Amino acid sequence: MPDGALPVLDVKDLKTVFKTRGGEVHAVNSVSFDVKPGELLGVVGESGSGKSVTMMSLIGLLPSPPADVRHGEVLFDGQDLLKIPYNDLRHVRGGKIGFVFQDPMTSLNPVFNVGSQIMEPLRIHMGMKKTAARARAVELLELVGIPDAARRLKDFPHQFSGGMRQRVMIAIALACDPKVLIADEPTTALDVTIQAQIIELVKDLREKLGMAIIWITHDLGVIAGIADRVMVMYGGQVVEQAPVRELFGNPQHPYTRALLETIPSVRGTRAEKLNVIEGQPPILAGAPAACPFRDRCPHRFERCDVENPLRRPVGPSHDAACHHDFGGA
Amino acid sequence: MLDDPLKPLVQVDNLKMHFPIYGGLLRRRVGEVKAVDGISFEIKEGETLGLVGESGCGKSTVGRALLRLYELTDGTVKIDDYDIAHASPEKLRKMRPTMQMIFQDPQASLNPRMTVGEIIAEPLREHLKMTKLEREDRVGDLMDQVGLNRDFAKRYSHEFSGGQRQRIGIARALALSPKFIVCDEPIAALDVSIQAQVVNLLEELQETMGLTYLFISHDLSMVRHIADRVAVMYLGRIVELAPRDDIYSEPLHPYTKALLSAVPEPDPSIESKVERVILTGDVPSPSNPPRGCNFCTRCPAVMDICKREEPTFREVLPGRFVSCHHYNDVDEIAVKATAEDL
Repeated sequence: MPDGALPVLDVKDLKTVFKTRGGEVHAVNSVSFDVKPGELLGVVGESGSGKSVTMMSLIGLLPSPPADVRHGEVLFDGQDLLKIPYNDLRHVRGGKIGFVFQDPMTSLNPVFNVGSQIMEPLRIHMGMKKTAARARAVELLELVGIPDAARRLKDFPHQFSGGMRQRVMIAIALACDPKVLIADEPTTALDVTIQAQIIELVKDLREKLGMAIIWITHDLGVIAGIADRVMVMYGGQVVEQAPVRELFGNPQHPYTRALLETIPSVRGTRAEKLNVIEGQPPILAGAPAACPFRDRCPHRFERCDVENPLRRPVGPSHDAACHHDFGGA
Repeated sequence: MLDDPLKPLVQVDNLKMHFPIYGGLLRRRVGEVKAVDGISFEIKEGETLGLVGESGCGKSTVGRALLRLYELTDGTVKIDDYDIAHASPEKLRKMRPTMQMIFQDPQASLNPRMTVGEIIAEPLREHLKMTKLEREDRVGDLMDQVGLNRDFAKRYSHEFSGGQRQRIGIARALALSPKFIVCDEPIAALDVSIQAQVVNLLEELQETMGLTYLFISHDLSMVRHIADRVAVMYLGRIVELAPRDDIYSEPLHPYTKALLSAVPEPDPSIESKVERVILTGDVPSPSNPPRGCNFCTRCPAVMDICKREEPTFREVLPGRFVSCHHYNDVDEIAVKATAEDL
């Protein structure tokens, strides 16, 4: 990771609200982060923590209404993605920003062969002719490790296995040489042995192509192996952010600490009893006026109930949003 | 210890579960999916047997076949010395209270039109003669036991979170004081922080009620936590069965080795040192398994014999069963193992 380089994507104070019959749901609350060229940023959090909604908001993929991206700046390529016209945004996503979703079966179109689906972004965003696009599609399939690529262009998604489909999705996302690849739980639907294959592939591709990657997952194990820097989300907010070794070795936020203690490992010593985070994740109704983790936090005190903690530095390039001072760094 | 502590509660012998494939114009039988193809194992009383494997390996089919939710193609299943596989419907119904199941998706396995109280009371109503008051009492006790507020008995399942719904499913499974519970991926649909809550609950219940579990999961790290012994399945067969500590510290079968090495490690300092065996290719179709050893198409240590002959599932070390040609010479392995111990 090149230090001090200008971030390729810079998100500032992003707020997304869903309007529902039961009132407003504050799904993303003042989320700020950046990614540098070639960096792999891991985003960890449980379901409902706002990690996917954050990524969808910044490239305008949320239907509005009910979603309302109320506030913030998304600086990419010298422009604010929240302000540019729709047609320009269309050329950014799928072109300069690639997306890989969790479930490769539902994100590929079942009635088109994979060749035409890989060629689609090439023809739309790069203005390639059919023959050139086909040649590039074969190259892309070879790049993601699909054997016999030229012949498989004519195959339909159902003729591929889960792992192979995810490789096709990655090929589509990489088609236009994106600067940023956003991968939303790309291996969650896959078996462990296939997950290991995809992780190896992404590591390899990053070395070859040098794009920045945002990898969203709930699996801390995956993050530990692949990320340079990790951002932990809880209740629609970023609660902690640090380089990967720092985060796992010296976690500061009580949620991160608890999360790291609850997961068992297949290696090392086996704990007799699992540590538990009691209670449930918060319901994000109403503007947050207190710490979202307070109901489950063992260190709760008066201030947590009246003031939502801001992120503050707790170590070198390490910040956390907690009123407590654990004196970690 | 009261009586023999090693008394098996569940005995499975050569269980086969084949599903027919119909095709062609006349919908004739054109083949079969060998979802489970001849597996044998025992589960001792009070023990948790972890059953792991990738999707499509047949682990859920085993769980369902054990409770005879399917009619078996072949083999016997004895629970508490009673042959489930060939029991008449009346006898089977009498056996049902001793064996229960907890399902993966708590949303799909709870009737959305019944209150939680009704859901938990349903097995009581079906199998026992209880007055309404007795039943309500029992439901309240069960809800306490699984950590649900008994005042919520009148609510519907959609008003609960995923973890709480799974607790409802557990309370229902416990209603008839079973001896044996098949847990089919009970935590797969839950968030990490909730998974630990449910696993701890299952462990507590096992301790207080002396339950025996078959814990089916693809999550190898959770299985390491909860199981006493672990069976690894691949393409309808058990490839390795061993006590938990042995299998995690020294897996024998090449598939077990690859599977364990593929699990990501939530600690970057260990993660960078993990030596990965990355398997190539995908799992073959169970309707057309490869000749010889099932795993021969992906095995990193494949030999000529693997493509010709099926390996037998045998005990190579005390308590450790493997189905692999690399362990054909049992004596040699025993010698090697003792040499390593010294």
